[in-house]
Amino acid sequence: MTEQAKLLDVSGLTMDFGGLRAIDSVNLEIRTGEIVALIGPNGAGKTTFFNCVTGIYTPTAGDVSICPPGGKPLRINGLKPNRITALGMARTFQNIRLFPGMTVLENVMIGRHCRTKASIVDAIVRGPATAREEQETVDTSYCLLERVGLADAADDFARNLSYGAQRRLEIARALATEPFLLLLDEPAAGMNPQETRELDELIVRIRDEERLAILLIEHDMKLVMNISDRIYVMEYGKEIATGTPEEIKGNPRVIEAYLGEDAHA
Amino acid sequence: MREMLTSLKNAVGIALWFVFLTLPLLVVRVNTLNNEIEWRWENLGWIAGVTALLALAWQLSLRWRDRQRDRSVTQDEEEGMVPRATLQTLLDNRVLCRRLLVGAALLAAAFPWLVSTAQNFYHVNVMVSALIFVVLALGLNITVGLAGLLDLGYIAFFAVGAYTYALLSKAFGLGFWTCLPLGGVAGMLFGLALGFPILRLRGDYLAIVTLGFGSITKIVLENWDAVFGGAAGIAGIPRPDLFALVLDGRQKAVYSYYIILALVVLTIFVTVRLKNSRIGRAWMALREDEIACVAMGVDMAATKLSAYALGAFWAGLVGVVFAAHNNFINPDSFTFMDSAMILAMVVLGGMGSILGVIVAALALKLLPEYLRAFAEYRMLVFGTVMVLMMLFRPQGLISNMRRRYAAGTKGGGDRD
Amino acid sequence: MYNDREQAGACLPVFCATFFSAVGQTMDYEYLFELLAGGVIKGSIYALIALGYTMVYGIIQLINFAHGEIYMISAFVAFIVAGVLTMAGHGGLSVLVLAALVAMLYAAAYGYTLERIAYRPLRNAPRLSPLISAIGASIFLMNYVQLAQTPDFLPFPALVPDFEFLEPVARYLSSIDLIILVVTVVTMLALTVLIKYTRIGKAMRATQQDMVMARLVGINVDRVISATFIIGSVLAAIGGVLIGSRTGQINAAIGFMAGIKAFTAAVLGGIGNIPGAVLGGIVLGVAETLGAGYISSAYEDVFAFGLLVLILIVRPAGLLGKAVRQKV
Repeated sequence: MTEQAKLLDVSGLTMDFGGLRAIDSVNLEIRTGEIVALIGPNGAGKTTFFNCVTGIYTPTAGDVSICPPGGKPLRINGLKPNRITALGMARTFQNIRLFPGMTVLENVMIGRHCRTKASIVDAIVRGPATAREEQETVDTSYCLLERVGLADAADDFARNLSYGAQRRLEIARALATEPFLLLLDEPAAGMNPQETRELDELIVRIRDEERLAILLIEHDMKLVMNISDRIYVMEYGKEIATGTPEEIKGNPRVIEAYLGEDAHA
Repeated sequence: MREMLTSLKNAVGIALWFVFLTLPLLVVRVNTLNNEIEWRWENLGWIAGVTALLALAWQLSLRWRDRQRDRSVTQDEEEGMVPRATLQTLLDNRVLCRRLLVGAALLAAAFPWLVSTAQNFYHVNVMVSALIFVVLALGLNITVGLAGLLDLGYIAFFAVGAYTYALLSKAFGLGFWTCLPLGGVAGMLFGLALGFPILRLRGDYLAIVTLGFGSITKIVLENWDAVFGGAAGIAGIPRPDLFALVLDGRQKAVYSYYIILALVVLTIFVTVRLKNSRIGRAWMALREDEIACVAMGVDMAATKLSAYALGAFWAGLVGVVFAAHNNFINPDSFTFMDSAMILAMVVLGGMGSILGVIVAALALKLLPEYLRAFAEYRMLVFGTVMVLMMLFRPQGLISNMRRRYAAGTKGGGDRD
Repeated sequence: MYNDREQAGACLPVFCATFFSAVGQTMDYEYLFELLAGGVIKGSIYALIALGYTMVYGIIQLINFAHGEIYMISAFVAFIVAGVLTMAGHGGLSVLVLAALVAMLYAAAYGYTLERIAYRPLRNAPRLSPLISAIGASIFLMNYVQLAQTPDFLPFPALVPDFEFLEPVARYLSSIDLIILVVTVVTMLALTVLIKYTRIGKAMRATQQDMVMARLVGINVDRVISATFIIGSVLAAIGGVLIGSRTGQINAAIGFMAGIKAFTAAVLGGIGNIPGAVLGGIVLGVAETLGAGYISSAYEDVFAFGLLVLILIVRPAGLLGKAVRQKV
């Protein structure tokens, strides 16, 4: 049986901020079609991990490699975030970072930036090829909005959306970059149970329809246990456990780290 | 009623405070030449009266503003001056819009002939100066309004264009039309050179660095006599030529007018195209949230540099027109005040809004010209307007209009 | 990894050693000392103004563009008071002190009013708004003084007697220079005591670190901010009076330049950092004077601006500042 290609391969990742070691030798890998969750108590370094992998920080040590489907593995340490996104890895943010003064549709259209190529001169001249590209951008963005259920709000300003809608918009925007790997940072934060269930379905649907793998940071255990294929657990910057949801549920180390939290939801 | 009484009490208190505050400066004037002191007590009366009234008006308007804020459902409703619905329907009404545009265009085209005679073409010259600043404001609108890159030294690019034409025409005898694009390119290169080291800076620091660049440019222009003529500047700069025809004074002015008018139209056209394009959206995303923007695949360096370069290009371009129109340039035209004024035009007009910026630019340039009676107070009013606008209408005259895209059919955006 | 302070401390002697050895034995040391002394004096004035900038920025992240105008207004107020008193027949140091006190009072008043009108309503607005407001206020104040008084230069009365004990070093240090140094040092000490040991000082430090938390523990943040402005303005006033005495003339336009330079000093030392403002002021003053003395006096301002640009590009945190990482 051929081994499934590793879309993301992180080994020995270490991140220091001055004297503080935020991440200590973490290994993680994601294979095609997986939904992998990264969980852990607050301050464990999960978002820092995301930031290292997506190029916002340059890791102090370790290797981060991605391998687009049908392509070759590429070490991405130190690459700029926009390069990494262009290579096919997109993300959402823990504290929603939309473009508040732009419309919902325009937010998604930004995601198309790295997949289109009109330059300044093209924009001014606006020949048929450019006009076509613009129209495609609009159409694709509309489709994505429909996919996350925000098509009606297309012309509203992003800042006017409800919290849950803003999170969905962030996902649509990330999808617009045509990633093969999607990183979601606490997508269910602040959502009520109904919204979380819808998000649950949305994530699985995205994985199936878009054929991408998903790495998510989440605190909502129900969501994590429901949809994850595998889970990594972090605490104080170190990886303390990894396995399937069943394995993690019963892991005493994990329960200890989450003391006080309902790990059996 | 109770409210009114407290307002009145406050007003009196404030008036007394300001009387105290202005006492030494407005009342006492020490004349060291004749060794005497001039006591202008009547100023106290003025201050007391005016501030009391203003304080009252102020409190009432602050209360009005808070009530407005509570009443509005979404932030969109705060368009302000004209109720949102009216303005939006006005701009939506394509027919009406087109008619207004045509009317404005005809007026603009006929303007120089309507206001001038063979001897007196003062108004044409005023309009040329105003339109030069319109282009400057539209250029800065790209850098500050669209991309959110605060530039307090924008006037430096204007100077680059002007001095390029002055020097090239003096040294090599190059004509206006040859130098026009060269000035733009020179400005653009200068913009790239200055933009490159400051890519990582944001907000206040960016503002101060650009201020520093602008000031350094002016000081160098003032002191490097050999090349730039120093404080005396460069004179005898040729006017724009029209196929070697000999033009009289009025015709030259009108010619300049049409040139700058064409440039205004060009700038508007280019800006509209850019706003509704891939690069325009990238600029706006950069302004809104740089980190998210980069995470979504936008190359920060290239996008920022393009914003600087394009903004600087327009400044360089009209710099050439400025030098040609005035026949003479010196560093006094390129001070921080001018940079601040152009920035004010962009901010007061509404960042990113073409129509708003044009209106603000014309107002800030034409009003001082035509209200000569108050010339002394010009800068005072300018400073006050800046503060007041930030307090009461920070989004500018015309704020972000919703852009609409039609799916499936030919997509187009609103004019603004 | 170096400690920032160590790094800054290490630079200075290295710089001095290279500078002196490179320039050689045939150098005119008298000239150099003259320049250095002048630079330190100038730098002290910058430091006084820079403190106001750095304190305000530290607490509400606003570049108070109009701060330089407060400095200028103080000079004018002192001039007027001194003028009135000298014409009434008085003279000497006591007049200067009185003028300075009145100037400080008015500076506090202007600073307080400025904050109330132009900045407080914009506390929660996006960063651009208070900046534009500050620029507008600065333009307003400068023109207000120009109209109320005069746009010309005015001669500041000479009130400082020549101290006899300074005869031997009179070339490097005049009486007013000595006064400037002494006043600056005393002011720094007083400010340090204020920040470290008084209630208001503690409140200011708390508010600077976490405004929300400070409010929650009962600190009246509005009053703390007003106090910050007032203290900063008073310091600027001291600077204004001293500079008027030293240069012998004042003008409505001195605020702008001094403001920019003082801001450079504040950034140089690390914005928000009080000892940094002092260090930055001295460094700027010396660099500027040396540049003007050895290279070209016309480009004096270029050295200041150049230093500003360089610092912001190479080390935005300043000499003594700590780089703050933005949380993503």
